[in-house]
Amino acid sequence: MTNPQLYPWIILFAPLVAAGVILFVLSRNNTAAGAVGILTAALTCFLSWKVFLDPSLTVTAQIPWLEVPGVFSVPIGIILDNLSRVMLVVVTTIATLVFIYSAGYMRGDEGIPRYYASLCLFLFSMLGIVLADNFVMMFIFWELVGVSSYLLIGHYFRKDSAADAAKQAFTVNRVGDFGFMLGILMLWLATGSVMFSGIEQNLSAMTLHPGYLTAACLLVFCGTLGKSAQMPLHVWLPNSMEGPTPVSSLLHAATMVAAGVYMLARIFPVLLAAPEVVREVIMWVGAVTCFAAGLMATQQDDIKRILAYSTISQLGYMVVGIAVAPAGDIAMFHLFTHAFFKCMLFLCAGSVIIALHHEQDIWKMGGLLGRMPLTALCVVIGTLALAGTPGFSGYYSKDLIVAYAHGANNTVFWITAGAALLTSFYMFRLFFVVFLGRPRGEHAEHAKQSPAVMTIPLLLLAIPSVAAGYPAIAKHFFDLPHPEMPHIVHYALLAALGCGFFLAAVLYARGPAKDPVRIPLFANRLYIDNFYDWLVAKVQGGLAVLGSWFDRWIIDGLVVTGAARTVWATGYVLRLLQLGNLQAYAFFFGAGVLALLYYLIFR
Amino acid sequence: MNALTLGHYLLVSGLLFSIGLAGVLLRRNLLIIFMGLELMLNAANLSLVAFARHGVTTLGLPDYNAQVLVFFIITVAAAEVAVGLAIIVALYRLRQTTHVEDLDKMKF
Amino acid sequence: MLTILFWVLSAVMLASAMLVVAFRNPVNSAMSLVLSFIALAALFVTLDAFFIGIIQVLVYAGAVMVLFLFIIMLLDLKAEARRKLNLAALGGGLAVLGGFVALIVQVVKSLPAAKEEFPALTRTGYSDVADVGTTLFSGYNLPFQVIGVLLLVATVGVVILSRRTLR
Repeated sequence: MTNPQLYPWIILFAPLVAAGVILFVLSRNNTAAGAVGILTAALTCFLSWKVFLDPSLTVTAQIPWLEVPGVFSVPIGIILDNLSRVMLVVVTTIATLVFIYSAGYMRGDEGIPRYYASLCLFLFSMLGIVLADNFVMMFIFWELVGVSSYLLIGHYFRKDSAADAAKQAFTVNRVGDFGFMLGILMLWLATGSVMFSGIEQNLSAMTLHPGYLTAACLLVFCGTLGKSAQMPLHVWLPNSMEGPTPVSSLLHAATMVAAGVYMLARIFPVLLAAPEVVREVIMWVGAVTCFAAGLMATQQDDIKRILAYSTISQLGYMVVGIAVAPAGDIAMFHLFTHAFFKCMLFLCAGSVIIALHHEQDIWKMGGLLGRMPLTALCVVIGTLALAGTPGFSGYYSKDLIVAYAHGANNTVFWITAGAALLTSFYMFRLFFVVFLGRPRGEHAEHAKQSPAVMTIPLLLLAIPSVAAGYPAIAKHFFDLPHPEMPHIVHYALLAALGCGFFLAAVLYARGPAKDPVRIPLFANRLYIDNFYDWLVAKVQGGLAVLGSWFDRWIIDGLVVTGAARTVWATGYVLRLLQLGNLQAYAFFFGAGVLALLYYLIFR
Repeated sequence: MNALTLGHYLLVSGLLFSIGLAGVLLRRNLLIIFMGLELMLNAANLSLVAFARHGVTTLGLPDYNAQVLVFFIITVAAAEVAVGLAIIVALYRLRQTTHVEDLDKMKF
Repeated sequence: MLTILFWVLSAVMLASAMLVVAFRNPVNSAMSLVLSFIALAALFVTLDAFFIGIIQVLVYAGAVMVLFLFIIMLLDLKAEARRKLNLAALGGGLAVLGGFVALIVQVVKSLPAAKEEFPALTRTGYSDVADVGTTLFSGYNLPFQVIGVLLLVATVGVVILSRRTLR
């Protein structure tokens, strides 16, 4: 067997090679492209588990990439601590299952090789973020993930809405990444190193300047705002649902959006060393996102958008977890459990969508419980896990975060508890409307259970959705403390779960034909999208007009034409000297010689 | 005023030069202007010969370098007159005039 | 003796130079110019520059002025008709002229060498041709050759310029 030291490098670069092969060699062969993609993902999964099960493996080799001797060095390197090992396993396992599922979902699509190549590119980029041992490398792969996301959201590029969504995703992410880059530069400037280990060792250089450290940390947090769709940069995630559902499940539920949280966990020592205000800000941003997204989810009619807002809400939980807990493992634990059940929920949604011939409106579904039993089962498991039902994985991770929140700030505790109520409500709403009652449309009548290639990943994901939270299992992955959970937390969350279920049942269990509750504020997503539209149109439009005026009048008019006119005028004046009269020339000549001689002789 | 000095000759040379300059500036006929030019050249020659006589060498002879220069100037002036007059003839054939004010084609 | 000669010859030369500028008829101007050249040649002789004096007469008065007269006759130039006086040009010209004269007088006055008498010569006589020749061919050989080429070029130029059609 090859040298275990090479495994991480193979894990990292195999998907890139696969993407190249699919793109350049197999671009006309759908089955081969799919096969290469699936096999590559399986290879990375296999190697990731091997790496995970070998805690003594460390990689010291680095590829020197950007080197200015003595000034800075940015290598391509691998870090293999517990955090990255766990993330490796999560990313590659879920990726493999999604790759397999895609084979069924994307059957008949016209761009299958392009799809698999983009997925492989994404896998490469995501693994780069996970394995990066320095900030610059992480940033590069961060951007690459954004590119892959753009390619995948815009997979159905002939649809205007998909193309626009892809552009929006990339642009909004860029806004966050701008702050992220500034934060990285500030940390680099202060500590002289981009390596995570180097930054942590040189923290003392910055703790003397708390304002600087605060600014740097908050700027780095901007990256999380963009990538993990926190408020106010959350607007791209619901629109990213324009992409194929497997993409939504892999990127925009389980892995890519979690990269923001992963990054915060990676620099957790820096956040701890920073003044309290940094973690306060992070906590409030996460809490507000959590709650507001939950509100918006209660009134959505598109099955994927409900899940998208749910993802935003759960990411809010993770961000709160980073802020209130003493270690990054608590938030990562929720990321871990969330990845499994959210991915499964999205894949179930995909299963329903395909069975109903690409219908996504829940008010055209219904009565699918009998027609798609396996999917329904998985949705039930996922809903219970997401809502935090005791016995399922989500319970353990979410409750831990809320417990710490209670310890940190009472208001935030009630906010997160309220969000838990909303979570329970909208998830059960989804289940009741989609699966119970009577079919509300033609397609729903004739729905059938999806083929095995799609159902088996669902069932496989159902297992960790239930079990991944159990302490006996979780302790292999994380180092979790067991704090004394105050009873109020316990009761509040159980009450939230129960009330949400009850409310949803009252309103939706009988299978109404349309939504009995109509709250325009939530249905219109708190009008935040409209605000951004106005902002871009008015502010940016205004700046564009100003810029155009400046360009036309000052640069074109004054500088360019001005220079030309000045030259022309000078020429005109000088032309007056051309008299054509010989004696005039002689006169000027004589006068000039006279002046010159006078000057030379007598001065 | 009893003895001749270099200054006398230089002054005469200067006056001759001025007269030539007056011819160039004030007369309208091309040929007269040309003659003025010749006068100016000769004034220079006079200066040079005066300096040659003034700068006596160790051998007790005038400084012949200046006289050689005068020789060259006379030669070149002769060539210049030839070419200049040829041009004037060609111009006359074209324009039927030697009046300088009628030649204003180079006016902007 | 020399002084008197100098004054007389200078007066003749300057007077005929002024007549050159003053006469309306170009033939008269040309004749005055010849007189001026001859007086100048005499002045050269008073300065013990015998060879140059002869050359002045032969080349200038003999060849150049003959050429001038040829051209005047060829073009059949009449006396110049009176044209309107351009006062501005006249004023400008006189100003420049006045400036020049003033300048020259000032220079000559301030030149210390100008106050010196001519040193005596060890040898007088008419045979400075050999000396001039030696200086010319030993020190200025190259310019001499170049002048030869120049004359050739001038000749060719004149021939070309004199063609009827000047193509």
